[in-house]
Amino acid sequence: MDAAHPASIRFDGVGQVFETDSGPLEALRGVSFAVRHHEFVAVLGPSGCGKSTLLRIIAGLIAPTSGAAEVFGMPVTRPRDDVGIVFQKPTLLPWASVEDNVVFPIRHKTGRVGRADRDKAQEILATVGLRGFETRLPDELSGGMQQRVGIARALLMDPDILLMDEPFSALDALTREEMGFELLRIWEARPKTVLFITHSISEAVLLADRVLVMGDRPGWIIEDAPVPLSRPRGIATTTDKVMHDFAGHLRTLLLKRAA
Amino acid sequence: MTSQATSAPSSSSAPPEPVRPAATAAPSARPTRSLFWRLVVRPPGVLPALTFLAILVIWESSVAIFSIPSYVLPSPSRIATGFDSLTTQRWFQHIWATLQVALIGYAISILVALPLAIALTRSEVVNKALYPILVVIQSTPVVAVAPIIIVVLGSGVAPRVVITFLITFFPLVVSTATGLLATPRELIELSKSLRAPVWREITQIRLPFAIPYIFAALKISITLAVIGAVVAEFVAAERGLGFLIQFSTSMFRLPEAWAGLGVLVLMSLILFQSVSLVQRLFFPWSLPKKGG
Repeated sequence: MDAAHPASIRFDGVGQVFETDSGPLEALRGVSFAVRHHEFVAVLGPSGCGKSTLLRIIAGLIAPTSGAAEVFGMPVTRPRDDVGIVFQKPTLLPWASVEDNVVFPIRHKTGRVGRADRDKAQEILATVGLRGFETRLPDELSGGMQQRVGIARALLMDPDILLMDEPFSALDALTREEMGFELLRIWEARPKTVLFITHSISEAVLLADRVLVMGDRPGWIIEDAPVPLSRPRGIATTTDKVMHDFAGHLRTLLLKRAA
Repeated sequence: MTSQATSAPSSSSAPPEPVRPAATAAPSARPTRSLFWRLVVRPPGVLPALTFLAILVIWESSVAIFSIPSYVLPSPSRIATGFDSLTTQRWFQHIWATLQVALIGYAISILVALPLAIALTRSEVVNKALYPILVVIQSTPVVAVAPIIIVVLGSGVAPRVVITFLITFFPLVVSTATGLLATPRELIELSKSLRAPVWREITQIRLPFAIPYIFAALKISITLAVIGAVVAEFVAAERGLGFLIQFSTSMFRLPEAWAGLGVLVLMSLILFQSVSLVQRLFFPWSLPKKGG
């Protein structure tokens, strides 16, 4: 951890217990990790292992029941402006054009949208490959393009940290792979700290610098594994033997837990 | 959400579409249709108009063939003469009286229902305190309460508006509240993550997302508003289409009563279509997607 850039995200023994009608439900137990500045970290685990809970704690949407969650060295007490979220579904406003959807966070936060904001939206839409689609309605776009709008919306306020909650899981397999490469391209053009939640082993390995493998009931970190692949990564990486072996290692970890 | 549509400019090579054998082509792709289909079935409105015309013809001839007395069932031509028993001015007085009560009651209903629905969905206290009372009000047959309301509030426009309001507001409240709660959770989280004021969460996210629900209720309520106005006129009025129907029936002037009924149905239809038109013009995205 170099001195100029303290850890973007740091968890220290974070636990989360939800009160439900059928009694307390432990979602996370003793979760500790740190994410460096502009690092791309994937959180990999089975459904219901508390991955989304972890993301919502970083986003400041829920407070951990125990332990400490810090963003840029400050305890997370409420949502921050420098954290952007991309959700599993694009959840766009069906009545608003692509551009209006992208500037929506500013309209929603401040009540007004200026010329500069629209220029910025145009620029970001170009980055995510949606130039020329500004006036379209979400309904007129494919699932992959809708999720690009979702990513553009999260990038608008130029957040230092990008939280992505299984952003490509609703897409078909081919689009999903294509969007993975797209994300790497965007991330290289606009470096950010990314926390990418997924239950796809190959997606995690292809995208991330490091994979946090999670077990369930309650959610905990089985292994904090650096990805032994160089960048830039591309289609060739998907057939790389190192990638294959590493993915196999992660699969063994996850399946051993499940068995 | 369609998953295929226009392709992104960045994704250059799309996989080629598999060639479909000609034999499996959909039947709708046939080049020619019969003359009947092209002139009658396809143009909108022609088929329903023909059906309506057929009913009139059968009605007219049945009354003549079976010599049905006009107090049992007047023929369409006799009903048409019913229009002549009143001057155009009198007709418009009756129409306006009913329309006025229906529209005022409807407007008040909307003004009360929307804020009430917001309050019900925002506050558990308001919800627990008011919801049972709303259900009780809705469970009370308005027709049964109408005479009481007339006695309490007198014979002016006010009691009729109250009756109309009582009959129209419940569907609006329930449907709007359902719509306000049907917002995708992610957008609410987005709003929270932006630390936006709650009122903006309501105006920019929750209310727009409730539009399909609100319009579903607005369409039900506009026809209920006409019913409310007529019920009120049945109890006590000196004007209005409901009054006209009741009065002419009691005088055994059945063609006149049927004519009044016809005008009432037409009024309901026009009001309903107007609400649909507002939705189509201002909120086209909220309409159900066409299949296919």
